[in-house]
Amino acid sequence: MQIQLNGEPYRLNADSTLATLIESLGLAGRRIAIEVNEEIVPRSLHAETPLHAGDRVEVVHAIGGG
Amino acid sequence: MSSVSHDTPLTVAGRPFASRLLVGTGKYRDFDETAAAIEASGADVVTFAVRRTNLGQNPDEANLLDAISPSRYTLLPNTAGCYTAKDAVRTCRLARELLDGHNLVKLEVLGDDKTLYPNVIETLAAAETLVNDGFDVMVYTSDDPIVAKELERRGCCAVMPLGSLIGSGHGLLNPATLALILEQAEVPVLVDAGIGTASDAALAMEMGCDGVLMNSAIAHAKQPALMASAMRKAIEAGREAFLAERMPRRASASASSPFAGRINA
Repeated sequence: MQIQLNGEPYRLNADSTLATLIESLGLAGRRIAIEVNEEIVPRSLHAETPLHAGDRVEVVHAIGGG
Repeated sequence: MSSVSHDTPLTVAGRPFASRLLVGTGKYRDFDETAAAIEASGADVVTFAVRRTNLGQNPDEANLLDAISPSRYTLLPNTAGCYTAKDAVRTCRLARELLDGHNLVKLEVLGDDKTLYPNVIETLAAAETLVNDGFDVMVYTSDDPIVAKELERRGCCAVMPLGSLIGSGHGLLNPATLALILEQAEVPVLVDAGIGTASDAALAMEMGCDGVLMNSAIAHAKQPALMASAMRKAIEAGREAFLAERMPRRASASASSPFAGRINA
């Protein structure tokens, strides 16, 4: 199935969860925050949050800024 | 602070901070330069931005939060780059998740690319939503005293008018309106944006500002760590001068040495 990941189309298995997506991106354990369809998904819920075709996922982190 | 001063800490939403200098982390060459400048600034509060993670390129890329430890500094996520209340609110919620529930944020909603001037209509709307959602909101705004008061009424914990445009280094262009904001404020007032050099920061503090937030003035100095040290001293000097209450200005001279006992008397 296809989702929108940080504004770009992204293909993944139909049974994916947020946790498996993060794992496949090499971001497990990194300091990131995630929004699915404009709602925050807390870290504690990543493993039990299934992804669906068309979901809009944002993965963000901290960068320098003033 | 020297032993002669009896200052109270800057307190924002019940959080005391020893330093009245708040610094950003943008525009540095690398994280080492960032860390050295922040160390030299003595700041307790350090701002950062929230952006999309680069995916699939370099997952081992260094992370700002490794260089600037959340256990040592109070991290202040900002909403820089947001042009709508909606985006600013989303960014704050992402930042709260990023920092495990930490709810102190710097709200800024910008008007356009050229001026980065605050869009106060969107800022007011975002402030209201964020306060209702449990955030402690330090808010970047114009130097309009009416807007500053409205933001305070909406529950912002600090009001942060610009000294001049973000990154411009023009210093305090309108001290008269800043004075009006200071006179009426019941929450801390910090100058945020426009500081160019140490005297700008000292002036803000001498006027009675509770603190100053800056980024470019340090990061774009040729020697950022040295400028950070200068800013630290300027903030302390300005604060002490404010507490000491300056002498009145006089139209004519007033001799410091006594007239009595002069040899030609």
